[in-house]
Amino acid sequence: MSAPAPSMFTPAALAQAERLGLRMGWPNLEVFADTLLELAERDRNVLAVTSDSRGSGKLGPFGQKLPRQIVEVGIAEQNLVGVAAGLGSCGKRVFAVSPGCFLTARALEQIKNDVCYSNIPVTVVGISAGVSYGALGSTHHSLHDLAALRAIHNIHVVAPADNGETRAAVEWAAALDSPVYLRFGKAPQYHLPEQFGPWRPGRARQWGTGCDVAFVATGETVIHCVLAAGQLESQGVSCRVLSVPTVKPLDTAAILAAGRECAAVVTAEEHSIHGGLGEACASLLMQASVSCALRIIGIPDEETVTGSQADIFRHYGLSMEGLTAAAQRLLVTVGATR
Amino acid sequence: MLAATDTTELALRSVRYRSALLRAINHAGAGHTGGSLSCIDILNVLYSRVLNVSPQNWASPNRDRYVQSKGHSVEALYVVLAERGFFPPEQLATLCHYQSHFVGHPTRYIPGIEMNTGALGHGLPIAVGMAIAGKLDAAPYRVFTLLGDGELAEGSNWEAAMLAAHYELSQLTAIIDYNTLQITGRTSDVCDNSPIDEKFAAFGWEVHSVDGHDLAALAKLLSAPAHGAAPRCVIAHTTKGKGVSFMEDVAKWHHGVPSAAEFETALAELAAAERALLGDAE
Ligand SMILES: [Mg+2]
Repeated sequence: MSAPAPSMFTPAALAQAERLGLRMGWPNLEVFADTLLELAERDRNVLAVTSDSRGSGKLGPFGQKLPRQIVEVGIAEQNLVGVAAGLGSCGKRVFAVSPGCFLTARALEQIKNDVCYSNIPVTVVGISAGVSYGALGSTHHSLHDLAALRAIHNIHVVAPADNGETRAAVEWAAALDSPVYLRFGKAPQYHLPEQFGPWRPGRARQWGTGCDVAFVATGETVIHCVLAAGQLESQGVSCRVLSVPTVKPLDTAAILAAGRECAAVVTAEEHSIHGGLGEACASLLMQASVSCALRIIGIPDEETVTGSQADIFRHYGLSMEGLTAAAQRLLVTVGATR
Repeated sequence: MLAATDTTELALRSVRYRSALLRAINHAGAGHTGGSLSCIDILNVLYSRVLNVSPQNWASPNRDRYVQSKGHSVEALYVVLAERGFFPPEQLATLCHYQSHFVGHPTRYIPGIEMNTGALGHGLPIAVGMAIAGKLDAAPYRVFTLLGDGELAEGSNWEAAMLAAHYELSQLTAIIDYNTLQITGRTSDVCDNSPIDEKFAAFGWEVHSVDGHDLAALAKLLSAPAHGAAPRCVIAHTTKGKGVSFMEDVAKWHHGVPSAAEFETALAELAAAERALLGDAE
């Protein structure tokens, strides 16, 4: 049926990854499912709630091992979130798992009222988020979720970049007494270099201290920024990369430092350019009177091009090549090229 | 059946709740008068005779759960919770005032309120989640939720109705405040949802109909212990604006606030009703 998916990485990007010593890991989705199963085996109050989504959520083994800890609601996302809130209000540690596109659009009012406004500790898990579903089209893309949830009070909005961030975020969310939104895709992810340092809730993780270009990225676009930074460094452009798993609340100190110290800031996200990480950074920087050249790289406000996730990333410049070019163009505009 | 004196005591309570909620609405200059008057007898019976919930056991995981899906009738809930001791009644004077916790829809800031509701079609899914949690833990509590009849147009109710039967949530009761009116007019004119009984039955529920102002009948039906496998739907036939002659069965009182003269007339009617009940009791 579907055309063979091209690699997320061009041969040049793969070569750059090798040069940087990056190791390929698992899909974040699978790390989420493994971590949740481990948590649930230790605590019978940990529940997965699914809307016919246990297969796409990689929760088959969970359902087989812990059938009493998975609550299936059928294809009914509004009910999924309402039921999750009811369970959460009775002391359950609930993970409501469904494709991000449906979960954060159809059930947005339930997330807003039943979870956030009522302050019930539910973790809303948007799987196969962003453009993970590729050529299945815009019905299946979630390019609005960060924007919509950023505008709702009382929810942490978290998009892990790699397996380590995913595992840490799931463990952190399970222990938190307030709402969390987690989103990730289903493609295998490189491990971020260890220089990024450990996950700390609400904090950005930084690779490098270069002052020409700061890449500020979230979720599964971070690795493409790492590759772009590697390429730029080899051209004598000094870079830093901020992985920002927690889009709300934002690590303002790290982003303001990037804006103050760097000639150019390039943000990247698998999301609409409206209302996501990029605009959050722009707002933060401007309101702190930090003036820097800024480009927001994401999915523009247009009918999204048809193609695999890799095609779409490349089409909109969410690739080593695209991000490198965006940074170079930005440096030219500020006259900071060497 | 309740003894006659019990019923009179309940009826007195209902009349006093009606006066109290009108006072709160009058003071706030806002509120959902008609729907609060239509469901007050149901709330009275729930909190007086049915629910195992009180200020003393409010933190107990085994307390019964009540979720008011028709959150706009919060004034009815506030006066009942105040009278049952969840908070001092004089706090209701701040209803809808600047910086008050007494919002125009239920919130968990207020002791005795389980969930923030007010957007319609949310209570039943939440109640289903609570009932599933109870079943998983083999906990003794029951779960009740109150829906408006107009509210049944929200599709999320039917998602939850289907699931409640699937999980055999016999400890769950959904009460429909079937006053046949919604903000625009007759529910049958806006989007006819009849026959409600057959719809819930087709979704696998045990369905009962009752006069929603017959306190003894409500008490008997709602306090009957959970049994079998089916969740229970109680269609409570009510009159919007019940207890105040000029408000009864008139759609404009959905969120109508009485004028000073109307307020006095309404209180006088309720005072007369109270005197009549006290005469009965003698
Ligand atoms: Mg009605």
